[in-house]
Amino acid sequence: MTAIEGDATEPTTGGPASDAETLLGFPVTRSCSQRVLHVPAEEWVATMWRLRDDEHFEMLTDLCGVDYLTHPGRSTLPPDVDPQRFEVVVELLSLSKTERLRVRTQLPAAAPTLPSLYEVWAAADALEREAADLYGITFEGHPDPNRILMPEDWEGHPLRKDYAVGRIPVQFKAPQAGRPRGR
Amino acid sequence: MTLDHATAATTGGPADDSFELGELPAPPRGVKSTELLRHPESVLRLSEEEAQAPADPDDPSDDETTIMNMGPQHPSTHGVLRLILELEGETVVRTKSVIGYLHTGMEKTGEELSYLQGPTNVTRMDYASPFSNELVFSMATEALLGIEVPERAVWIRMLMAELNRMSSHLLFLATNGMDLGAVSMMLYGWREREHVLRFFERVTGLRMNHNYIRPGGVAADLPPGWRDEVLALLETLPPRLDEYDVLMTGQPIWRQRTQGVGVIGAAEAMTLGATGPVLRSTGIPWDLRKTMPYLRYDELDFDVVVGTYGDTFDRYAIRLNEIRESIGMVHQIMDRIPAGDYRIQDKKVTPPPRGRIDESMEALIHHFKIFTEGFKVPEGEVYVAIESPRGELGCYIVSDGSPRPFRMHIRAPSFVNLGCLPHMMRGGLIADGVAIISSVDPIMGEVDR
Amino acid sequence: MPLDKGLEGLQHNFATGSLEELVKWSRQHSMWPATFGLACCAIEMMATGAADYDLSRFGMEVFRASPRQADLMIVAGRVSQKMAPVLRQIYDQMMEPKWVISMGVCASTGGMFNNYAIVQGVDEVVPVDVYAPGCPPGPETLMHAIITLHDKVRTGELTQRRADVGGGANLILETPDHLAPAPVELGSKD
Repeated sequence: MTAIEGDATEPTTGGPASDAETLLGFPVTRSCSQRVLHVPAEEWVATMWRLRDDEHFEMLTDLCGVDYLTHPGRSTLPPDVDPQRFEVVVELLSLSKTERLRVRTQLPAAAPTLPSLYEVWAAADALEREAADLYGITFEGHPDPNRILMPEDWEGHPLRKDYAVGRIPVQFKAPQAGRPRGR
Repeated sequence: MTLDHATAATTGGPADDSFELGELPAPPRGVKSTELLRHPESVLRLSEEEAQAPADPDDPSDDETTIMNMGPQHPSTHGVLRLILELEGETVVRTKSVIGYLHTGMEKTGEELSYLQGPTNVTRMDYASPFSNELVFSMATEALLGIEVPERAVWIRMLMAELNRMSSHLLFLATNGMDLGAVSMMLYGWREREHVLRFFERVTGLRMNHNYIRPGGVAADLPPGWRDEVLALLETLPPRLDEYDVLMTGQPIWRQRTQGVGVIGAAEAMTLGATGPVLRSTGIPWDLRKTMPYLRYDELDFDVVVGTYGDTFDRYAIRLNEIRESIGMVHQIMDRIPAGDYRIQDKKVTPPPRGRIDESMEALIHHFKIFTEGFKVPEGEVYVAIESPRGELGCYIVSDGSPRPFRMHIRAPSFVNLGCLPHMMRGGLIADGVAIISSVDPIMGEVDR
Repeated sequence: MPLDKGLEGLQHNFATGSLEELVKWSRQHSMWPATFGLACCAIEMMATGAADYDLSRFGMEVFRASPRQADLMIVAGRVSQKMAPVLRQIYDQMMEPKWVISMGVCASTGGMFNNYAIVQGVDEVVPVDVYAPGCPPGPETLMHAIITLHDKVRTGELTQRRADVGGGANLILETPDHLAPAPVELGSKD
């Protein structure tokens, strides 16, 4: 359950709960009273199977990437998790228990790779393609690893922190007499 | 499901206790998602080059089916969605949906804008229900700030959100009608929508993309005389909705074109991550306003409208009846909305009233800081989800303590619901495909962001 | 050659002058738009075509899906990098005389999205005749833009796009090889 009905009076906490909370053997932190599970990349798929079948998280709601290049020392991680540049964040929803769980994993800057969750939840199809397109994270075993939002021949991964926004400078000029010729 | 009136089976009640989710088609242990889908091969996987390559005349299997392109500019009014269809005659075998034609880099832009400017950005994602986007972003920001919005602001937000649901579903009825040939429905739907948009213009100043729901509350209080306007609106709608029932629901042509078309199963919908009317049409009464209430939805009395067959007709009937439910909810909100502040009185978050700027130096400095630099949000991460007219709309914000979000990601319901398209379209005709796309009601602004 | 300058190159006498007026009048009063609604502005464009703001009184309620049957392209919404070639292709498929209204700030200048993903003004892709500001422009603004265009057509200011005043966007589109049309060989299979 989220505490977003307006009852959240305490500021967010970044570290673990009072005595290190765990789920399935992995550390859990709390952020805005929401549970966040931190899973290493090697245990990714196995943990997801357990979360789906044992913990009854029937639905994958969201999967996104995050690039921590400019904010490496984030405090939202438990002490024993080694921060890397990229993270993949997954939101799970249990309809039967009316519960949400966020799961995060760390991926190295050099070759961020993660096994695909397509066989666990089919929703991962489009969501992983978006993370791959915008961050350059490779999902092994994904049935269709092509770009989804950018044109197929686009170079670069736009949501990375070292990819510029692409803002063009706006210049104000005096109005010209007559129509400008071409552009 | 009763066929003589558009009410599908309904469940639900005021408080959580009496509401039952019922039996859920949970996936059996170890069963892969592809086994839960009836036809996992109905998703066409084709790159641009392969799609453009001409058929090989010497390969008999290549000759059997045609690859046809539909969109991104096509008359179905759902924006820039492109579908590559593999057809056998006129029957759709496999589908690939190509998106990205409206990719605006909004998540990247969101990292450059302050939290006060954030709603202007996100409101343009799902442009048919802009209040939903603003609401989820503001709620996420408030969760990170750890502040509580005043009571009146909460009820105003609910009022606008429900009116927005009505206008979005009216847009769906209009476009759905037109796609299926009932062109007069297009004009009727827009006629009703204009009433709602006129009210929005009175309150927020804009017909669309309002930037009204902001972190801390809402931008301005409701204008005097708003009750009469809303009541007038709520009185005109029900007889018109009955007209649409007669025009469409009871009509044999409509029935034939929508019943049994675009069927999706409950287990399929769950593994594909579908939410909103798509999921509810399969019989699962999952509505976040009822199951994981936010704002003050737990104090309102309304039903969750649910379908049975998971087809296009069910999705249409669900949305039509959700308008009716929203009408009831707006009546209740109007009765119970309290007096009070329309935004939180926290000086660090809310800009001071304009008159104060001339009197107080402190007010001037706060105004300046809030509008140029923005207010700082403590470090953390949060995911907030609401029930938008299309499904679960979520906002994931990572904050690094600065006045700009470090990462802002919107979980768009249409983006995930589009994954259901190939499975719904398999075995149908192209004309059915138009009906199916329309029944999923995607808004490409939030699909592509 | 007089014909290169369109109707204006002709030396009008009384009969052909009236004929030209008739042609301009009829162009103004039955300008059919092509459906090119992209984003939020498309919703307002549809609202303009609907009953409350009625484009039908201008003879414009028929939004043609096929660009071959359309005279006017209302670019309603933000144009992304992926959509720009499609926009140009649809524009090229329209037949002369054709006009373009750039509806909304995103189509006119890129709007609030000054970033990698959005073309900063559709006049980088197609030549625009009237710009309608707004985010989104309300139906009244769009109608004002349409009426402005109609006035220009009626007075003859915009008759035909001519090369000597830069009447094209001066663009060279390069098609990547794999998207270039492949030659079709008809004949028997051997």
